[in-house]
Amino acid sequence: MMKKVEAIIKPFKLDDVKEALNAIGIQGMTVSEVKGYGRQKGHKEVYRGAEYVVDFIPKIKIEIVVAENLLDQVVAKIREAAFTGKIGDGKIFVTPVEQAVRVRTGETGTDAI
Amino acid sequence: MKKHGSVGWLFGMTGIGCMLAAPSAWAADAALNSGDTAWMIVSTALVMMMTPAGLALFYGGMSRYKNLLNTLAMTFVAYCLASVVWVMWGYSLAFGPDKGGMIGGLDFFFFAGITPASLEGTIPTNVFALFQMTFACITVALVLGSIVDRMKFSAWVVFTVLWVTFVYCPIAHWVWGKGWMASIGALDFAGGTVVHINAGVAGLVLSLVLGKRIGFGKEAMFPSSIALTALGAALLWFGWFGFNAGSALVADGLAGSAFLVTNTSAAAAALAWMFTEWLINKKPTVLGIASGVVAGLVAITPAAGFVGLGPSVLIGIAAGGLGFFSVARLKLKLGYDDSLDAFGVHGMCGTLGALATGLFADPAINAAGTGLFFGNPMQVVIQLVSILATAVFTAVATLVLIYLTKALTGGLRVEEENERIGLDSAIHGERAFEIE
Repeated sequence: MMKKVEAIIKPFKLDDVKEALNAIGIQGMTVSEVKGYGRQKGHKEVYRGAEYVVDFIPKIKIEIVVAENLLDQVVAKIREAAFTGKIGDGKIFVTPVEQAVRVRTGETGTDAI
Repeated sequence: MKKHGSVGWLFGMTGIGCMLAAPSAWAADAALNSGDTAWMIVSTALVMMMTPAGLALFYGGMSRYKNLLNTLAMTFVAYCLASVVWVMWGYSLAFGPDKGGMIGGLDFFFFAGITPASLEGTIPTNVFALFQMTFACITVALVLGSIVDRMKFSAWVVFTVLWVTFVYCPIAHWVWGKGWMASIGALDFAGGTVVHINAGVAGLVLSLVLGKRIGFGKEAMFPSSIALTALGAALLWFGWFGFNAGSALVADGLAGSAFLVTNTSAAAAALAWMFTEWLINKKPTVLGIASGVVAGLVAITPAAGFVGLGPSVLIGIAAGGLGFFSVARLKLKLGYDDSLDAFGVHGMCGTLGALATGLFADPAINAAGTGLFFGNPMQVVIQLVSILATAVFTAVATLVLIYLTKALTGGLRVEEENERIGLDSAIHGERAFEIE
């Protein structure tokens, strides 16, 4: 069985997370620049007295598909590397993955990831 | 000069009195001074830069991304239109032979009778006329700060031509062209009433007639680039040395004094705005510092050739505080949508400067002006009259011209859809940046 780990993290933590995952043998990931908010909410910007609330804060989303036996270790490593202790550190979501196929060779399942 | 009659009288008007302090000027009727001429040509070029570079970037950076080019286009076209109007009839209306203290005649239409040999004081008349032209250009361009993001380009073109002709030229004549304000002794060294109060009030009236931008007060309206605005403020500051020190019309110690107080007031106002904002909003913004620079420059403009160093610090500090209060508090309280604060900065700080001139004008700096603190309380009354007369005339005349423009162009405001899409794309078919 495979699982997909989606982690929303602070942008400046990307390198730390990538290195932590490389260190435990994770060989690939997909990264996107995203915007959103959680409990951190947005922040205020004031231009000549006019106050604007910026709702969506820039974040990085990392997507990794892993074999189930690695899942706990991966989640723990991401959490450890992305942690600052301040509000806005992000979230990690785990979902089941039915199938994976490597385009070049046609391998499937955990062989393909 | 010979065409204008009495030399001393003319200096009183066009040199804003300052040259009365320069004895050499009395014998200047036929004598060109190459030092003065060189300085005034440079000053003219400095003030020119304030419009299509300084003001265009200052305003463009503050307007929304989708309207950045439209703001640049309105500023550029204001400069071009006012330049043509000025050489056609504007200069003559402002500086032609006086008609009852109200307006100059059309004797100098298209520079009729002005040759390279014509002199105005110690400089060629054509240099003087060009220097004055750059003031007409920036004044009308300042108005657009109140109405960016929503005015039809065609309406702006028509309005610019009408406004320079029927509002700027008469007021310039009153103060600098032998008109009635000069006769009563109003002091305006480089344009507190003529430029800043005039443009600020006209902008306010235009923004009230046009109405608020769609989403004003509800949607976020982010400035497209504070970096461009900061660069624009720096270019305005640089050009302002020509504006204020050049208004001495000679290269002498008074020009140096005007330079000194101009820079000091700008710096003091920037710091005052920054610290006020830091204290109240917890952040010293770059937009605040840049706005403070302009507020200080505006306020010292009418006083530049009349006050000493001490008052220039006070004027700067007051301008920084007043500017912040006007745009961050007064505007929200009164609820008008002066998009980029032409009234809040130019109208309010211009008024402050005109009044301060009546208080601090120091005969030791310039014999032509004595203020309240040097024993002439009447000067404050005269300044008040000049402020009120300018504000009332420009408000009424601008209102009439707005409706005339509306009739000529079939409406002042862009269509709602275009306002939402953005004027860069809707009007000009361009965008400011190609960003991947």
